[in-house]
Amino acid sequence: MGKTLYEKIWDRHVVVQQQAQPDIIYIDLHLIHEVTSPQAFDGLRLANRKVRRPDRTLATMDHSIPTTDRHLPFEDKIAEQQVEALRQNCKDFGIELFDLFSARQGIVHIIAPELGLTQPGQTIVCGDSHTATHGAFGTLAFGIGTSEVEHVLATQTLKQYKSKTMAINFNGKLPIGVTAKDLILALIGKYGHDFATGYVLEYRGEAIRDLTMEERMTVCNMSIEIGARAGLIAPDATTFDYLKGKEYVPQGQEWEAVLEDWQLLQSDEDADFDRAVEFDCSEIEPQVTWGTNPGLVVGINSKVPGPSEVAEEKRQMIESALAYMDLEPGTAITDIAVNTVFIGSCTNGRIQDLREAAKVVAGYRVASGIRALVVPGSQSVKQQAEEEGLAEIFMDAGFEWREAGCSMCLGMNPDIAKPGDRVASTSNRNFEGRQGRDSKSHLVSPSMAAAAAIKGHFVDVRNWPIKVGEGV
Amino acid sequence: MEAFKTHTGIVAPLDRANIDTDAIIPKQFLKRIKRSGYGQFLFYDWRFDKNEHENPDFLLNREPYRNATVLLTRDNFGCGSSREHAPWAIDDFGFRAVIAPSFADIFYNNCFKNGILPIQLPAEDVQQLFEKASVPGYQLTVNLEKNFIADGQGYEKDFEVDDYRRNMLLNGLDEISATIQYDAEITDFEKNHKIHYSL
Ligand code: SF4
Repeated sequence: MGKTLYEKIWDRHVVVQQQAQPDIIYIDLHLIHEVTSPQAFDGLRLANRKVRRPDRTLATMDHSIPTTDRHLPFEDKIAEQQVEALRQNCKDFGIELFDLFSARQGIVHIIAPELGLTQPGQTIVCGDSHTATHGAFGTLAFGIGTSEVEHVLATQTLKQYKSKTMAINFNGKLPIGVTAKDLILALIGKYGHDFATGYVLEYRGEAIRDLTMEERMTVCNMSIEIGARAGLIAPDATTFDYLKGKEYVPQGQEWEAVLEDWQLLQSDEDADFDRAVEFDCSEIEPQVTWGTNPGLVVGINSKVPGPSEVAEEKRQMIESALAYMDLEPGTAITDIAVNTVFIGSCTNGRIQDLREAAKVVAGYRVASGIRALVVPGSQSVKQQAEEEGLAEIFMDAGFEWREAGCSMCLGMNPDIAKPGDRVASTSNRNFEGRQGRDSKSHLVSPSMAAAAAIKGHFVDVRNWPIKVGEGV
Repeated sequence: MEAFKTHTGIVAPLDRANIDTDAIIPKQFLKRIKRSGYGQFLFYDWRFDKNEHENPDFLLNREPYRNATVLLTRDNFGCGSSREHAPWAIDDFGFRAVIAPSFADIFYNNCFKNGILPIQLPAEDVQQLFEKASVPGYQLTVNLEKNFIADGQGYEKDFEVDDYRRNMLLNGLDEISATIQYDAEITDFEKNHKIHYSL
């Protein structure tokens, strides 16, 4: 019988296999950042261990750093300590660090793909649950805890059980004006945010093949929000075109050789998935979450649902979500007013995201009373956006234009939503307090967030009068 | 790591599904670079009001639950971020075991690395335990050597746990030391394994 893509990658990385124990699998690239690594380095020191492969380890700073002035001292002393600890650890253990003022600094899941470090068939781990982003390249990538970070630092391997596999077949084409973010939110909305616990997903079908690499990353990024360990998309011409010529990607003859190898990274026709799901894309609308997990989501032209519309066991969850979000059942989504807009994060902080948002913003002004931020996912995205004139469009409209980092996606740095703030956010989690205590998050695509910033409430961006090219 | 063999303690019934790691330990406490001392921040936004005063209604602020060591909760516990600060906080507060109908993957795995036993039971059993634990001070014994929980008043229930992880916990084993014994195998693997760049 044939093998799934997941099994093929797994098999290429098994170092040791034993009865009744997890396999020891090899890790090709280990990404680290300031928040989940200090205790791992402490552990190494205590046990007198070295980093086995500093040349397979890359560090950056993204989670707790300011996105305004980064010269020390930081306003936040504890964050400063964390940044200093990472510097020291990288120095002591010989690890490459893209530091605050590096042109390559950025959110860990944005910089590895843009440098060509993320390649098909690899295993990539990081002490961060959105590591699944890299799965867009046909790369087995998943988040790990700090104990496992230490394990990888010490051994360049992990002890892992194989996950179950699930095929997600997206059928039909995405309607015009509907984005990759809407696609993944709609999927989570249909099945619930713990649906795929214990599985590795493979996203397939026409709608996936039509996506750009950046859009595929948005889809894979949110795999954890449906409970999955990882999400994969088989590499194809789109993947290879994206990678060709990137800094860490082989060139010339070697490129031909790797290409041949990468083309093998497909699930076989007769491969058996533990489960398969068919999802029709043709009816998806732009999505807006209304609750406190990413599965509590509806189309822009819907209303906030009520407890009576759901199964009995879900009622309590819906009631507490409505109470936290301060929403009445039956409220039209388009009637929900926001006072904060955040465009950025590893879900939607890439150049294509900023282009889509800028297209909506061009020629308009942010509605009065709204605080709107654009935080590029990396310094290179930032620079490109400035060269393309996107930064100017945002600033002219009244958005703040920031340095790269995670920022208000989790509010570990000073970019925190205040109690009571209602945020249209392009990030990936709307948990209670995620963006700031007692703040309310609505997850949307970049163009939907941009439109909400201009109007002050959610609107169907498919009807947006674009002013670009009209002499603005 | 502390070994886990058998443990008896007060059950805290936290009746809520989908408790995520942001709720278990909010991000402002993730900036610390040490592994200990997170118990004071466990469920911070629920335990404390905006002025950092204890919220008297919250379960863990009431007697006898301040001294609870077995956490009973609902579906999908520990979803969200991979932060190991979540099990660190649960452990540091004093919990040794967490019982729920289901757990999120990364959190479940992280528990075993920190001497906490996550016990997955069918929803009906969890419901039954919630009813029993509505009596304050209700205690359970968690026996990992024989894989059962019991309350000393006639209730007893077996649970399942993967042998490898069970063994790690029973003996307080360090996984890194175990893997390092395969150093030669790892080196051999590296000789034939192709990665197209190095940093
Ligand atoms: S942008 Fe948000 S989700 Fe992504 S790595 Fe940063 S904090 Fe995590």
